Amino acid sequence: MKDKIFPIFLIIIFLIIFFIFYNGLQNSNIYTPKTNIEKNIPSFKAKIFNTDDNISSEEIFKNDKYYLMNIWASWCVPCRDEHPFLMNLSNEKSIEIIGLNYKDDVVKAKKFLSELNNPYNKIVFDEDGTLSIEWGAYGVPESFLIYNNKVIKKIIGPINENLLLEIKELIK
Amino acid sequence: MKILKYLIIVYFILNFNFLNAEEVNIQNKITKNLRCLICQGQSVYDSDSEFANSLKIIVKQKLIEGKSEKQIYDFFENKYGKWILYDPKFSKNTYFLWLLPIFLFIISGLIIFKLFIIKKN
Repeated sequence: MKDKIFPIFLIIIFLIIFFIFYNGLQNSNIYTPKTNIEKNIPSFKAKIFNTDDNISSEEIFKNDKYYLMNIWASWCVPCRDEHPFLMNLSNEKSIEIIGLNYKDDVVKAKKFLSELNNPYNKIVFDEDGTLSIEWGAYGVPESFLIYNNKVIKKIIGPINENLLLEIKELIK
Repeated sequence: MKILKYLIIVYFILNFNFLNAEEVNIQNKITKNLRCLICQGQSVYDSDSEFANSLKIIVKQKLIEGKSEKQIYDFFENKYGKWILYDPKFSKNTYFLWLLPIFLFIISGLIIFKLFIIKKN
């Protein structure tokens, strides 16, 4: 009996390790950030685009309205793709689109807006990308749907037709 | 008097660096333990992506503000989740990860003990 305990013990350990690794195989190793967590928006103070004035987050998100915080840059190609959808969304009365210009050149950004029109009610300027980190953003483009100072939806990557419909459904 | 003037100038020049050597070390240590989320397989320290560069700036800012290493990790964990830390904290999800090596070490020690020492006797 005593001699049998040892092999049984070894087999049990082997099985435990086997199942841990086997379970690990099932997990996807591609990291996908969670996009459905309700989080309070960070409070910040930022420079208004193309001016020297500062604006605080409380001033931006003060109304009882939906807000879409869109991170964009003139050098970002997918931002061009999502621009028509933002223009479409800017016609909606119940939502305000706030732009966050990410690590951009002011002249080029202005050119980008004059070329493709400006869907933003306000634009804040994020010169070194630190403001986007406060928002928990990964890069450009990225959008946050905000209501009541809470992020209700986070969109990583460009807005497309389906996402536009989804946003319109949410803000009805 | 002139020497004093020069000394003051040198003192000010030396103080232009906001971070001293020790703080730079801590900054490197922290950024090495942060995963660059958009360039997987690299730490923030190694990466030169826009995301990583912004993160480095934030770490530096927080250190200047006098935040501790733990406070900085907590900040990033709060923003991006546990995945951003290379060194996962001890929690109910990770206790197995932390205890397994110790467990295996003890078991293998017992095996060696049984095979070589008890048998010899």
